[in-house]
Amino acid sequence: MRGLRFLGTGRGRVGFAILAFVVAVALFGPFFAPHDPADILGAPGSGPSSSFPLGTDYLGHDVLSRVLWGGRSVLWLSLAATALSFVLGMAVGGVAGYSRSFVDPILMRLVDVVLSFPPLLLFILVVTSVGTSSLILILSIAVILSPGIARIVYSATREVSVRGYTEAAVTRGEGASAILLREIFPNILGPLIANLGLTVTFSVLLVASVTFLGLGVQPPNANWALMISENRDILSINVWSTLAPAAMIALLTVGVNTVGDAVSHALGLPQRRAITTVGGIEELITPAELV
Amino acid sequence: MSATAPAGSEVPVEAPSPEARAPHPLRRFLIRRVAQGLVTLLVASVVVFLATSAIPGSPATAILGRNANPQAVAEINHHLGFDKPIVDRYLSWLGDALRGNLGNSSVDIAQGATSAPIWPIIRSPLADTTTLALVTVILLIPLSLVLGVWSGLKAGRWQDHVISTVTLVLISMPEFVIGSLLIAILFVASHLLPPVSLISPGVFPLLHPNILVMPVLTLLAVSVAWTVRLVRVGTIEVLRTDYVQMARLHGIRERKVLRRYVLRNALAPSVQIFALSIQYLFGGVIITETVFNYPGIGSQLVNAATSHDNTEVQAITLILATIYILINIVADLLVMVLVPKLRSSS
Repeated sequence: MRGLRFLGTGRGRVGFAILAFVVAVALFGPFFAPHDPADILGAPGSGPSSSFPLGTDYLGHDVLSRVLWGGRSVLWLSLAATALSFVLGMAVGGVAGYSRSFVDPILMRLVDVVLSFPPLLLFILVVTSVGTSSLILILSIAVILSPGIARIVYSATREVSVRGYTEAAVTRGEGASAILLREIFPNILGPLIANLGLTVTFSVLLVASVTFLGLGVQPPNANWALMISENRDILSINVWSTLAPAAMIALLTVGVNTVGDAVSHALGLPQRRAITTVGGIEELITPAELV
Repeated sequence: MSATAPAGSEVPVEAPSPEARAPHPLRRFLIRRVAQGLVTLLVASVVVFLATSAIPGSPATAILGRNANPQAVAEINHHLGFDKPIVDRYLSWLGDALRGNLGNSSVDIAQGATSAPIWPIIRSPLADTTTLALVTVILLIPLSLVLGVWSGLKAGRWQDHVISTVTLVLISMPEFVIGSLLIAILFVASHLLPPVSLISPGVFPLLHPNILVMPVLTLLAVSVAWTVRLVRVGTIEVLRTDYVQMARLHGIRERKVLRRYVLRNALAPSVQIFALSIQYLFGGVIITETVFNYPGIGSQLVNAATSHDNTEVQAITLILATIYILINIVADLLVMVLVPKLRSSS
């Protein structure tokens, strides 16, 4: 596995260790939680004590238990949104890039329209009219992230579809979907992998940000982003109620981004860098050796 | 294709060809770009309208609750004009918006007010957000140029490693985490600055610089990290070009090489980078304002969204989308004017 070479660099190893720690806390933390995260156990906002190592939150929940429980929803929501955005983006970009008909401009203009909106605005529009739920969160974040992937797949597909092996498949009389799945997608994996780390980072940032705004995961769920927003008022009383989830989110995004960076570096893939986190997604390509 | 123009190419900015200097292509570009912007704006207005009107009667039911008396719902819908066909509603909404009438806040109407025009509600938040964004951009540009060029010149040395590690960490963190950490350090631990931006409406935020510090720092942290990294890559690419090599071989003093060839060519693509970072601020501002309760358009929008005030969300998103598209057009034009080598390509 050439992709594992990233573990040879210092930055890659640090990133991997950070990521492994956060994922372990998110997955296995609930088994070690001393209390039920939804139980009100003490006075709101009390400081660290022997029974509550990180104190209690704005309602009197145990902060440590909520931190241990609060990673699962962040992880699964952002991974689901990322997976769906790849499916959507590959479908749109692949079909538009391979078809030489009117479908191409229509699909790509659609992509331009989504990109011409600040992503957060798009999300707020959806939530205002239909409310929020896990499904809506995943769907709308996938729609927000997919245009970036569609553009990459589109240009890569156009490049690959004039190669010999694709034309051979066309001559053999294979159908368009078979050609896309067997000839084109396997040959454009490079740019897609280079973009995976960044897309996961965006996805985590978006899930966390909209949850912080109160438009995503709702109380009384334990969720790192939600904990930061609900405990803002007691920040000066028990600072750990905000600091602990903030540290977990920071470690998660830093870990994902560092590993993604190191993997594309190890594979010698050019970096498709997007300029923003939740503003506009606009790409700039940086050759691998400069990163 | 998918990318904006690569940061460095073989032709230095020094000598634009006479054809490129002619006003024709630029004017053609201007006309096409503005037309394209208008079309995008029209599509955006349809998206905004459809997204907030997809469900008939939603504001009334959202405000009055699921078990609302159907008669009251129908009455409010009639008052807000929600019982007309959707095309009529769109056209009259767009027509009113073009004439500067953004309509009434649907929540206020549902709560019994007879008129609650949106424009007065959002005027002062819009001004406060503009102040916040301008202060950020004014600090952002020199800071990222200095750090980016310096880190590019020191590429591979420890200074460069420090800058690239710090920026990677800052890029990865969401604004609300950075903001919360700032509050923990500057308010909880040291009581240097207030944790929330409380000013009375209509008071100019620049007169209270202490409330601006933390929001501006939060926005700067993320955007500077991006721009520094991109300016750095631009600088390194220019340092590797043949013309810089040539200038050095000619025995031109290094300072002059840097000033005349490296800086000029590295700065040109930065215009695009700054345009992109201004676009970034559109998302960043919404989150940052919420963190600090800054009385801007971002927190106003989030409040309107959580209270399902469709008409207010429509108005604010339409305004923000318009500004966003305008900034894109201005940025593209600036790039065309400042970077002649891009003129022929589009």
